[in-house]
Amino acid sequence: MRTPMHRRQHPGRAPARAGRRPLVGVLVALVLLLSACAGGPSDVPGAAATPVSGPVLNLYAYSVAKPAYDALTQAYAATPEGSQVTLLTSYGASADQSRKVAAGAPADIVSFSLTPDVTRLVDAGLVAKDWNAGPTAGTPLTSVVVLVVRPGNPKGIHDWSDLLRPGIDVVTPNPLSSGSAQWNLLAPYAAMSHGGKDPRAGLDYLHTLVHDHVSTRPSSASEATETFRQGHGDVLLSYENEAIVAQRRGDAFEHVVPSETIRIENPVAAVQAGPHRTEAQRFVDWLNTAPAQETLASAGFRPVDPAVAAEHAADFPAPTRLWTVADLGGWPTVTHDLFAKDTGAITTIYSEATR
Amino acid sequence: MALPTRTTPRAPAGRPTSRRPAARHFRLGGIDPATLGVVVLWVSVLVALPIAALLALSLSGGPQGFLAAVTRPSALTTLGLTVALAAAVSLVNAVMGTVIAWVLVRDDFRGKQVLDALIDIPFALPTIVASIVLLSLYGPDSPIGVHLAGLRAGVMLALAFVTLPFVVRAVQPVLRELDTEAEQAAASLGAHGWTIFRRIVWPVLMPAVASGTGLSFARAIGEFGSVVLIGGNLPGRTQVASQYIQQLIEAGDQAGAAAVSVVLLAISFLVLTTLRVTSSRMQQREEAA
Amino acid sequence: MRQSRTLRLSLRALATVYLGLLVAVPVTMILVRALAPGLRTWWQWVTTPAAISALNLTLLIIAIVVPLNVVFGVITALALARGRFPGRAVLQTLVDLPFAVSPVVVGVAMIALWGTNGWFGWLPQHGIRVVYALPAMVLATSFVTMPFVVREVEPVLRELGTDQEQAAATLGASRFQVFSRITLPAIRWGLTYGVVLTISRALGEYGAVLLVSSNLPGVSQTLTLLVHGRFVDDHNVYGAYAASTVLMGLALVTLLVTTLLDHWKKQR
Repeated sequence: MRTPMHRRQHPGRAPARAGRRPLVGVLVALVLLLSACAGGPSDVPGAAATPVSGPVLNLYAYSVAKPAYDALTQAYAATPEGSQVTLLTSYGASADQSRKVAAGAPADIVSFSLTPDVTRLVDAGLVAKDWNAGPTAGTPLTSVVVLVVRPGNPKGIHDWSDLLRPGIDVVTPNPLSSGSAQWNLLAPYAAMSHGGKDPRAGLDYLHTLVHDHVSTRPSSASEATETFRQGHGDVLLSYENEAIVAQRRGDAFEHVVPSETIRIENPVAAVQAGPHRTEAQRFVDWLNTAPAQETLASAGFRPVDPAVAAEHAADFPAPTRLWTVADLGGWPTVTHDLFAKDTGAITTIYSEATR
Repeated sequence: MALPTRTTPRAPAGRPTSRRPAARHFRLGGIDPATLGVVVLWVSVLVALPIAALLALSLSGGPQGFLAAVTRPSALTTLGLTVALAAAVSLVNAVMGTVIAWVLVRDDFRGKQVLDALIDIPFALPTIVASIVLLSLYGPDSPIGVHLAGLRAGVMLALAFVTLPFVVRAVQPVLRELDTEAEQAAASLGAHGWTIFRRIVWPVLMPAVASGTGLSFARAIGEFGSVVLIGGNLPGRTQVASQYIQQLIEAGDQAGAAAVSVVLLAISFLVLTTLRVTSSRMQQREEAA
Repeated sequence: MRQSRTLRLSLRALATVYLGLLVAVPVTMILVRALAPGLRTWWQWVTTPAAISALNLTLLIIAIVVPLNVVFGVITALALARGRFPGRAVLQTLVDLPFAVSPVVVGVAMIALWGTNGWFGWLPQHGIRVVYALPAMVLATSFVTMPFVVREVEPVLRELGTDQEQAAATLGASRFQVFSRITLPAIRWGLTYGVVLTISRALGEYGAVLLVSSNLPGVSQTLTLLVHGRFVDDHNVYGAYAASTVLMGLALVTLLVTTLLDHWKKQR
């Protein structure tokens, strides 16, 4: 079709001044100068440009873990085994990352929000069946779900029941694409159903919450935080570590640990199909060590290592009751009953509300 | 750039040279089969096959699956909203684009060239940069206290930004070639300014305005990058069709994403085809006259 | 048409304010914000290893896409301008199709064709990775930029006709000589224009690339993905502004080149 879309018409435009030619030259030279510098994965000013020689490990992670991995990769590079390898990290929504890896994205290590995202790769033959046999059951990153509020907590949000007050708008990512959203919804579900003993009560709560108080559908936890940061909503359901990082970054947020919440357990696994499986497994094992747990604690994650946990007890207030997925019957049950596509109770609530 | 000084062959202006007598045709009308094969292969791999695969994927659940995916309330809401926003922005473009073109052609003042140069910026600027540019002025840390992020006004702003050049650049040349004698004659006969515009100027400008508006509609309906950061992605309020498609992809619903993609593609294709047909009809009419 | 002074001034004011609020002020604003902490800071953020890799990847994609589009674009334009063959209208429509397609739809189409479950999903088993690797990013960029060269060159070829080429052929010139001495000089302006438009669009491609990139910083992150990554994943607003100014600078170069081209073209 004859479209003037790309036809620039400048008849009558003032003649280009001769001065523009040097300007083009200068700009092109600047670009070439820039591109001549050495590149690399680090996005920190003044960071070492070229990666160290040795294997490059591709880490596919969920977006919330970025600050932790920024610190972890630095700490790991300082260790003897870590100095031999270079870690490259891709971030995105957990399920999306998992699907990408299953679809052939070149991952060596995966760090997801939810265990089922790793299970998908086990089923695809990419991750060993015994990936969760280690000391932390494959989940070296743990946190809890908290309520992030505006400075001074103007709406007086203290616990789950406060979210159902009229006019309260809650921001939480879409559970169909975000692992974090599943945790965010599991926390009140566990609290309201007394650890799964009264599913009806838990689902009733979620039904009201999702239908009347959740108006946005950010696709990942990071996007949800950005949405909240831009001024939407009164409460953001979030990982404690993300809330801590946001506050450190200078966002005017406060967070409240509700009286009952759920323990977030984020799995990490080495991909068996990759060319560097030994190096990948070494990194995954390193995450369970005290120095790595120390780094994680300073990045806002609750340490799994008892000694490190005791040291940081003051930073992480304990809720009255901390539920786990095991209390709710384990992941297969939770996935089947609550999050199965089309049939899970929470999926149904969410897709009804999205209609 | 050192260019050869030899005279470049040029077709004599005003004489159509493309219609060769049939006797001179050789092979497939000047193109040998091998060349044609290369062209077909290139266009197939690059465009035809992906689009065909998209169609197939959208129909992977059968026609019912396709219908179910595009008639889902969330899909209908998003598509409706996208069309409405694109139409509203195109309307703004029709009015403002004509005004700007008018000012650039008929008015003369210092700094006019700067205004003229501004028109090209939206085409040259990457869409994600457009989003950040608008967010820096109308976002949460707006220095002027105007917060449009996450509002429909924000989405419209982004769409208005990326589609700004269409109407202006379509109307400008027509306006420049428009003879002012008829207007002066009408004025000397005592016609009022508005009447002159309506009776003499508008009929000439109308096709250009319509084509520019149509193009900006087709562009706005599929816009993604510029809306991503300023739109807020709120379903039913600011989520446009492209964002909805991306959400479906992230949620693992490839067939649904493909189905909505096909609808989006069909709408803009329809608009562009209509534009092409009407413009070629008008050309024929002009040539006949 | 004589306009009253009031009308003229108010139209002028309306156009100026509209363009100011929509384009001039926001663009100035981002420059101010990017440069406010000082040139040094700005330079540090546009020269992080990841930013340089992103720039290089963007330039690499352009370096692959431009020659492809030039060679195949000119051949396609020749076929469309000179050929009378069945299916010409279909070819014409396909060439124009990318104008009608949303970038996100391009991404979905690429996944539908080259993804694991797509028609060419068997390729990765033979060691050829397309989606989540460079080839898909190149293909997506080629898709969205395909019409530019064809659309700029085709009308020139139509106008040129074949008289001179046939005359040269009669005088014994080889096909290559005919092309390099007659056809190429005639289409050089259109071709250059098409190339500049291709570069401009390839620089800024975002939606299509977002869907098919593995998005690894330093490896598969283009400048536009870097801007998005810094803004959304890192909450590094300043870094996003700084990276945006690099893209703006590159966009400015293409804009200036088109203006210069117009100028040269008119002089000749």
